[in-house]
Amino acid sequence: MPATRLMPTEEAQDLIDLTREICDKQLRPKADDGERLAAQGEAHPTEAFRTLGRAGLMSLPYPEELGGGGQPYEVYLQVVEEIGAAWMSVAVGVSVHSLTCYPVAQFGSDEQKSELLEGMLSGEQLGAYCLSEPLAGSDVASMTTKATADGDGYLLKGTKAWISHAGHADFYTTFARTGDSGPRGVSCFTVPAGTEGMTFAEPERKMGLHADTVRQVIFDGARVDASRRIGEEGMGMPIALSALDSGRLGIAAAATGLAQSALDVAARYATEREQFGKRISEFQGLAFLLADMEAAVTSARATYIHAARLKDAGRPFSKEAAVAKLIATDAAMKVTTDAVQVLGGAGYTQDFPVERYMREAKVTQIFEGTNQIQRLVISRQLLKSL
Amino acid sequence: MNIVVCVKYVPDAQSDRTFNDSDKTTDRESVDGLLSELDEYAVEEALKLVEAGEGEVTVVTVGPDQAADAVKKALQMGADKAVHISDEAIHGSDAPATSLVLAEAIKKIGSPDLVLCGLASTDGTMSVVPAMLAERLGLPQVTQASELSVEGDAVKIRRDGDVASETIEASLPCLVSVTDQINEPRYPSFKGIMAAKKKPVETWTLADLGVDAGQVGLDNSWTKVLEFTKRPPREQGEIVKDEGDGGSKLAEFLASRKFI
Ligand SMILES: Cc1cc2nc3c(=O)[nH]c(=O)nc-3n(C[C@H](O)[C@H](O)[C@H](O)COP(=O)(O)OP(=O)(O)OC[C@H]3O[C@@H](n4cnc5c(N)ncnc54)[C@H](O)[C@@H]3O)c2cc1C
Repeated sequence: MPATRLMPTEEAQDLIDLTREICDKQLRPKADDGERLAAQGEAHPTEAFRTLGRAGLMSLPYPEELGGGGQPYEVYLQVVEEIGAAWMSVAVGVSVHSLTCYPVAQFGSDEQKSELLEGMLSGEQLGAYCLSEPLAGSDVASMTTKATADGDGYLLKGTKAWISHAGHADFYTTFARTGDSGPRGVSCFTVPAGTEGMTFAEPERKMGLHADTVRQVIFDGARVDASRRIGEEGMGMPIALSALDSGRLGIAAAATGLAQSALDVAARYATEREQFGKRISEFQGLAFLLADMEAAVTSARATYIHAARLKDAGRPFSKEAAVAKLIATDAAMKVTTDAVQVLGGAGYTQDFPVERYMREAKVTQIFEGTNQIQRLVISRQLLKSL
Repeated sequence: MNIVVCVKYVPDAQSDRTFNDSDKTTDRESVDGLLSELDEYAVEEALKLVEAGEGEVTVVTVGPDQAADAVKKALQMGADKAVHISDEAIHGSDAPATSLVLAEAIKKIGSPDLVLCGLASTDGTMSVVPAMLAERLGLPQVTQASELSVEGDAVKIRRDGDVASETIEASLPCLVSVTDQINEPRYPSFKGIMAAKKKPVETWTLADLGVDAGQVGLDNSWTKVLEFTKRPPREQGEIVKDEGDGGSKLAEFLASRKFI
C-alpha cells in the first residue's frame, strides 16, 4: 500500500509519482538479487544511482541556481522514504550523497560552489562522507587523522572507518585535524577519487545493507589542494555536526520507508495465511500487533516531517531531527522484527524479504549518531532550554 | 523536423480493468489511467530525433478529461507542446472514428514531417489506428519499426518479422509506428516535471476541428462491443500421483494437449 501523503504542491505530487514509477520498475525488482550479489562482493547499485541521478532525484534539496531541485526537505525526505520502501541501501546512498554535498553547498565559497557543486549535484557523481575513525565513532571530535600544511595544500594521514560508498565514490568529503586535539582543531576537505595516497581496505562483511559498500579509507600522505578546504581551518566540527542534523533526517525517512514495506508484507500475509480455520488477521492478538506496527510507521513519518517543516521554515530543528532519527529507526527495528513474527517460520526464511528488512533496520539505530547519541542531543537541548 | 506523436490514455493494466455495464465501452472512470506504455517508445523516438537535429515534438491525444495525464507525462519526458481533443460526442468511438478525429487534429496542428505512433494501445490492442490515420492523411505508412533513421527527405526503418527483417525506406512526410524494441524510453526528470507545467496544452472539441458529431461516437462507429465475459480465473493445475506410471501419465497429458 503506498503511504497516504499530503504534498505541498502539484509538482511535489508529480515528483512522488515519478519516484514510485522508478522504484517499481528499477529498484524494488532488483533489491533482493542486488543485496545477495553485493553480500558476495559482486555488485554495487551504480546503475540505480545513475537512474535516480538522471531523473534529478540525487540533488533535490539543493537550490536550483546551484543545479539542485530546489525542493524543501518536507518533499525531499518523502522521496527518500519511497526509495527506502523499495531498496534500503539505495535510499541510504541517496541520503549519504546529500550529506556529502552539504558542506560545499552551505559553507563553500562561491568559487567552490561553481567549481565543485555542479558536478556533485549533476546526478552523475556519488559522494562519500569520511568522518568516523576506528577509535573515534560517537566521540568523533577525538579523531586523529591529520591534515598537515604543505605548500598550497595539505597532506592527509590517518584512517577513516565504516565509510559508505568507499571505492565507488567520485569525491570524499573528509574531516581531518589541522590544529590541536579537541573539537576546534578539525577542518573539512573534499578529496577527489583517484587522489594518490588514498586507498581502501577490503569491504566490511556486514549483517545487512550489503549494497551499501562500507570500507576503511586510508590516507597516507594524500595531497589535497587548499582550494578544496571547505570553510576556515578549525570549522570542521561545526560543519560536520550541522551536516549530520540534516543527514539524520534522511536516515529517519529511509527507515520509515523500510518499516512501511515490512508492514505491507506482514499485513498482506496475515490476510492470506489460515490457521485454526481462519485467516490469522482475524485473531485479535495478531491484528493488534499489526495496528501497533501501523501506529509506529505513522508516528515515524510524522516526526520526520515535523522536523523537516521546521528546517524549511528556517527555525532550529536539531532537537526535532534527533527525535525523528530516534523514533523512526526504533520504529523500523520494532516493525521489521514484528513483521518476521507475523510471517512465522516463513518470515525467518529468505523466501520473504522481512528477515532482510530486519537486518537492514538494525544499522539505522547505529549510524549517523547512535540512538544513545540522539538521546544525548535531545536531553542536552531540552535541559538547555529550561 | 516537426514531429507529431499520437498517444493514448489507457486504464492501468495493474488495476482491475473492466467495461461499463450500460454501453459496453471501456471503463475509464473508476480505474486509474496512464500514458499507454507502448506509446512511450514513440515519444522517446521523437525526442531523440529532435534532440539530434532540430524541430518540435507535439503530442496529440483523443480522450476524456483525465487523458490530460497522458499528455502531461509526454511533456514531462520532454515533448514541446500538446493537443488534447476532448468531446462528449467522441465517447465510444471505434478505430475508424478515432482516426478521423486524429487526422483532422494533425491537419490543424500543421503539416508535420513525421507522425509517430506506438505499436498498439495497451487497452484496445488493435494496432489499426496508424494505418487508418496514414490513409486519411494521405501519407506513406511504415509500421512496426524496430529501428528508425532519417536521412534527408527519407526515413529508413527495420521491421522484424518471424522469418526475416526488412529494411524499408519511405519519403517524408510519412507516418511510422514503432515497436517496444526501438529504444528504452526515458523517465521524466524532475526538471522535466517543472518545465512541463509551463508548456502549452491546447484542448480542442469536435467543433474546433470541424468534425460533425454524427461521424463519431458509439452510435456512429462501424463496430460495437455486444457482450463481454470476464476471463475465468485460472483453474488449479491437476496433480498426478506417481504410482509407478507417472511417466506415461505425463506423456498422455502432454499428448492430450497436443504438446507432443
Ligand atoms: C553500515 C554503516 C555505514 C556507515 N557509514 C558511515 C559513513 O559513511 N561515514 C562515517 O563517517 N561513518 C559511517 N559509519 C560509522 C557510524 O557512524 C559509527 O559506527 C557510529 O557513529 C558509532 O560509532 P562506533 O561504531 O565507534 O560506536 P561507539 O562510539 O564505540 O559506540 C559503542 C556503543 O557505546 C554507546 N555510546 C558511546 N558513547 C556514548 C555516550 N556518551 N553515552 C551513552 N552511550 C554511548 C553507543 O551508543 C554504542 O551503543 C557507518 C557505520 C555503519 C555500520
